[in-house]
Amino acid sequence: MSETLLEARDLVKHFPVRRSKDMVHAVDGVSLEVHRGETLGIVGESGCGKSTLGRLLVRLHDPTSGTVRFRGDDITKLSRRELRPYRREMQMIFQDPYASLNPRKRVGQIVSDPFQIHRAGSREETRRRVQELLEVVGLSPHHVNRYPHEFSGGQRQRIGVARALALSPQLIVADEPVSALDVSIQAQVINLLDDLQDDFQLTYVFIAHDLGVVHHVSDRIAVMYLGVVVEIGPSDPLFLHPIHPYTEALLSAIPPIEADDEARRERIVLRGEVPSPIDPPSGCRFHPRCRYATEICSVEEPVLADHGGGRFAACHHPLDAKGA
Amino acid sequence: MPDALLEVCDLSVSFRTENGVVRAVDGLSLSLALGEVVGIVGESGSGKTVSMMAVMGLIRDPNAVIEGQVLLRGRDLMQLPRNEMRLVRGGEIAMIFQDPMTALTPVYTVGWQIAEQLRAHQAMTRKQARARVAELLAEVGISNPGRRLDDYPHQFSGGMRQRVMIAMALSCNPSILIADEPTTALDVTIQAQILELMKRLQRDHGSSILLITHDMGVVSDLAERVAVMYAGSVVEEGSKADVFRDPQHPYTWGLLGSIPRVGRPRVRRLAAIPGLPPSLIDPPEGCRFAPRCPHRFDRCSVRPELAPRVSANRLDACHLDPAIRPSLRHRSVA
Repeated sequence: MSETLLEARDLVKHFPVRRSKDMVHAVDGVSLEVHRGETLGIVGESGCGKSTLGRLLVRLHDPTSGTVRFRGDDITKLSRRELRPYRREMQMIFQDPYASLNPRKRVGQIVSDPFQIHRAGSREETRRRVQELLEVVGLSPHHVNRYPHEFSGGQRQRIGVARALALSPQLIVADEPVSALDVSIQAQVINLLDDLQDDFQLTYVFIAHDLGVVHHVSDRIAVMYLGVVVEIGPSDPLFLHPIHPYTEALLSAIPPIEADDEARRERIVLRGEVPSPIDPPSGCRFHPRCRYATEICSVEEPVLADHGGGRFAACHHPLDAKGA
Repeated sequence: MPDALLEVCDLSVSFRTENGVVRAVDGLSLSLALGEVVGIVGESGSGKTVSMMAVMGLIRDPNAVIEGQVLLRGRDLMQLPRNEMRLVRGGEIAMIFQDPMTALTPVYTVGWQIAEQLRAHQAMTRKQARARVAELLAEVGISNPGRRLDDYPHQFSGGMRQRVMIAMALSCNPSILIADEPTTALDVTIQAQILELMKRLQRDHGSSILLITHDMGVVSDLAERVAVMYAGSVVEEGSKADVFRDPQHPYTWGLLGSIPRVGRPRVRRLAAIPGLPPSLIDPPEGCRFAPRCPHRFDRCSVRPELAPRVSANRLDACHLDPAIRPSLRHRSVA
């Protein structure tokens, strides 16, 4: 197994609810590792805590408890100044290319901001690097003087990618980077991210709700439900033979495209909706909607158990993982 | 086409703007038979939504120019006076929108909103309407409907709000339901619930559905016939099986190649379509897709008509010789 670049241990993030003592349990005890050079996909439905987890990993949120280690160094308690060198190594790409670029800045300035903030390179060097970066992401170097509104959604996402790449980071956390784009443009951006990973030996944490996209880009996938990871493992086995009943239901809910005969499987329509993260169910959080649930599921919270082949799942009644 | 219920003939919608005339829909023809589900797929700006708004008579922009015919059982809806169109809308043709939060008014209870529609189209007392609303809510799977109808939209989740929208759309037993991205705002497991509901209702009521979506999986799940739109018109049309298994238009090839498939081993690279959709102000002459098409040749400077080139029920708008298409398609995917 390759070197661990980032490691989260028992990460918890609770947000207070206004005018009450309640807490939203956004992330409720997540442990995982990100290996150098891999793409770890994080999937789950709205409100499962995947975006909060992504932000915790690069410390855009401070965790309620738990630790994040980057190359073995605990970064959870570092001050802003101590954190700065780590920030260069960990960058983020956001979902909405309209909201994540300052409309008053020209593209050149947006992409050169990281150099100024980190006082990296002379003005002349910065100018040259910005032109290179724009070319790398498939934009023209003479776009530097344009404003974000002059670009389409796909092109704006490329600007966001150029900015993330500016300081040659090792890790990029991409939070729904292609969700706002049309499929044909989405494919262009996915291919770009793929090429950049090869060219710059990048490590990605790729957060998305689109299972097809996550399967395509990820080497390993973590499936989240109500603030916890219910299953984690290599992409193909996880998609072909899910171990956790929630993963199974999630995959069966995707309507297959006509030609995908091999993908046709019985659709499991889950009862009800995701419960409130303010007061998550006891025991296994999925038990009220699970068709395999028994008594123990409402009492005892299952832990992530090793199923071999790098696969882990938190379930009292794991499905038979053929081929694992 | 056997007894078309709705026929759209050469529909064009243009908007006059400061920068020029935007040709949002440009020569759209489509038909919908009784009890049929037709899917319209296409990306943002392909004209899917605008064309359906035109069919519903919902475009009131003074700068819009609408041309063409929309025949409902042979009657041209474009020529109807407003008050008659109002009876058609909601009565014979109903619509479900993408975002149920903006399609419902937040200041009235959902029961009130559905009852209003019922009483606008049918002679009913308040009490009768209320009872009917409760029935409708029960039919779309909302538990405790007698109590829930006094709730406001914000008290429902996204999936439940979409159920309310469906109940409202079905309230007057329309013969045609236009569903514009009905599940796009929902999570997959909730989407699965809504798709099952729409299938059941379609079976029970035999309504015809025009389904607009960008999601190939959703179309594949519900529709029998599929029309692919690009830059304001249909580029390919046929049965679901034909379009997905044996697509004829290079745009459809690119679109299908762009989607990462679940349930297949991973491909190394997605077959993305290069470039961007054209501006609808001064769109390219000839084939609209030609500037992005890897297979364009000299004839593409003439706009191809949507016509049967492969078989009678299989329409496409591409000059390529049908005999060489399969080999080109496989080359472009590889």
